[in-house]
Amino acid sequence: MTTKNIMIVGVGGQGSVLASKLLGHLLTEQGHDVKVSEVHGMSQRGGSVVTYVRYGEKVYSPVIDKGQADFIVSFELLEAARWLGCLSPQGQIVTSTQQIDPMPVLTGAMTYPENLLDEIRKSGAKVDALDCLKLAEQAGSSKAVNLVLLGRLSHYFTDIPQEAWQESITACVPAKFLDLNRKAFDLGRNA
Amino acid sequence: MKQLMQGNTAAARGLYEAGCSFASSYPGTPSTEITEEIAEYDEIYSEWAPNEKVAMEAAFGASLAGKRSFCGMKHVGLNVAADPLFTVSYTGVNAGMVICVADDAGMHSSQNEQDSRHYARAAKLPMLEPSDSQEALDYFRRAYDLSEEYDCPVIVKMCTRVAHSQSLVEIGERKEAPARPYEKNIAKYVMMPGNAIKRHPVVEERMRRLQDFAEVSDINRVENGTDSSAGIITSSTCYQYVKEALGDKYPVLKLGMIWPMPDRKIREFAGTVGRLVIVEELDGFIEEHCRALGIECEGKSLFGCLGELSQNIIAEKFGLAAPSGLKLDDGVKIPGRPPMMCAGCPHRGLFFTLNQAGCTVLGDIGCYTLGAVAPLSAMEMTLCMGASVSALHGFSKAGGKNVVAVIGDSTFMHSGMTGLANIAYNQSKGVVIILDNSITGMTGHQQNPTTGLNIKGDPAGKIDLESLCRAMGFNRVRVVDPYNLKECADAVSEELAADEPSVIISRRPCALLKYVKHNPPLKVDGKKCVGCKSCMKIGCPALSMKGGKAHVDATLCVGCGVCEQRCKFGAFTGGE
Repeated sequence: MTTKNIMIVGVGGQGSVLASKLLGHLLTEQGHDVKVSEVHGMSQRGGSVVTYVRYGEKVYSPVIDKGQADFIVSFELLEAARWLGCLSPQGQIVTSTQQIDPMPVLTGAMTYPENLLDEIRKSGAKVDALDCLKLAEQAGSSKAVNLVLLGRLSHYFTDIPQEAWQESITACVPAKFLDLNRKAFDLGRNA
Repeated sequence: MKQLMQGNTAAARGLYEAGCSFASSYPGTPSTEITEEIAEYDEIYSEWAPNEKVAMEAAFGASLAGKRSFCGMKHVGLNVAADPLFTVSYTGVNAGMVICVADDAGMHSSQNEQDSRHYARAAKLPMLEPSDSQEALDYFRRAYDLSEEYDCPVIVKMCTRVAHSQSLVEIGERKEAPARPYEKNIAKYVMMPGNAIKRHPVVEERMRRLQDFAEVSDINRVENGTDSSAGIITSSTCYQYVKEALGDKYPVLKLGMIWPMPDRKIREFAGTVGRLVIVEELDGFIEEHCRALGIECEGKSLFGCLGELSQNIIAEKFGLAAPSGLKLDDGVKIPGRPPMMCAGCPHRGLFFTLNQAGCTVLGDIGCYTLGAVAPLSAMEMTLCMGASVSALHGFSKAGGKNVVAVIGDSTFMHSGMTGLANIAYNQSKGVVIILDNSITGMTGHQQNPTTGLNIKGDPAGKIDLESLCRAMGFNRVRVVDPYNLKECADAVSEELAADEPSVIISRRPCALLKYVKHNPPLKVDGKKCVGCKSCMKIGCPALSMKGGKAHVDATLCVGCGVCEQRCKFGAFTGGE
């Protein structure tokens, strides 16, 4: 199989590390060669963050380049728009509709683009947009947006059985938060 | 069974398996996790040293005493440790000694993108360069055997994409290293001229032997291609980009040992291909070496020396169509999202004070470098670890007035103390502000000599900043709470007016530390808020304007109350 590419994008501190850990675990267990690439340090402080997950028979590069992403999993709408250039024309966006104002917007130097979801769709991208924050809160914590998103993403992986996702959740999530995260995953999956 | 492992974790595993028993490092992105992972192994003594020079010298001492030792750092850390580096090359080692340097092409979290490969050539030391996690594990493990066989430290060079990417590795068992008891050897270990003169030829001979190793070792390998009209020499993460972009089309000479280079192997390879292309990030290190050998090649003319490469860049340069992505209408402007101080960051109140005071602020390396970002914009210089304090002295002696230096607790321990000694000794006017957030923040919460805890979180020695500054001769040393704007403003204006040098310690733990208890989020009383935006000047990510009124994001706010102090209308409620 050719290498498949998933980008996880969001704002530093939103929980993309757990999302990529879980995907890495899942795809390794499925017998794929896998590479996951993150950036640590300064950009984590509320900045735009991106994680690359790649899998296939043999994966070389740890990064995803322009036009290569099969999926963009986004915690925040502006970030989905920012990384649109990496999406393959056949690619799929799975995004939370949450909007977080970056500093240039907070200070009034720029405005948050209006009707951004429509603008993203106008580019030709397939977009699955969901109020993940609401669903996460429904599951019991606003921090569980990552599992809501993964639940939604799991829809698109028809070849990976539901049990495999559940096993990876068990392996990657601390035991005391397991129920909450399972619930968040299911809410995303069934939304 | 193979497991997914970050490059830095794999590096630590390699050190562990090789029988490493001593590790001393200073944190620095992207190298930090190696030593954090080492701390998980009880068989290895590990520590955070105050800086990279101290770490390297400690690792050398441990090697001398007979333990396989390690020190790790980021690229700019090696500048700090360059002094011992160049001479440990002469003394050689007893037990194996491995040095990791991690470059940051693209400057994800660094102040420059220097190419550390030059250090291997300049200090005449071997350097290995892994291209993924498995190679990181293997190379760190192999490095000890090389170190002992050739009697020198071995540098392993990582980069952000190898350090912080995860790929599959096969782990092995730890093998305890053979005992190498310390033996007194003045001619080898005392580098005064008479002895060092005799050691230099030993160094040159060693590098010649290491070059022989490079010629025959499988660490430098040729991968055949189907089209020899071009051939590629590459290393590190660039090897992965080349394979991704071009597959097995062109023959590749992959260098796992980047110094010394296998001249014969390179010549032979160049002779079998048409066009020779060197694919490397940053400087033309391999390229220049090839040219010096009289081999015609291309490299920097194609790829330049700025930032990171990628598979698309390489594909394009080889005339292949790289995919293009989707794009928004030109009219849609996407605001940037630069990193910023967290909600409740204790640095914010202090930087707001400095912004209002209108003084010149010389800065340093840490989270607080974000004090330079709008709307605080209260930092005018950042160079390297410790430079704020030293430059304050020069600025002040040269007639500069109304100037302060800001430096974090860990950075102060790293390189600020010597600058402070210069101020105490040569007496310049100026205010040194130590931002004591009780942790090394930027690199992800490492302990340091002022926190009272060691790398494992156990009780350790604790340096008292006030006593230290007073012992250096500062009469004016005061502590402020950066959540208290009035206290900060008074301290800054009084110390700037003083006629002798002074130190302000702005003390409050990092808001992200687990033990820090937060207040409930504040609320805005819409009836009282007049929309004056006075609170917005502190640049807090939890604050925004909604419908002309200030709005607090309750998921971000930690109730620090700095915004509340800015409000003349008492519009903020809650918190306490």
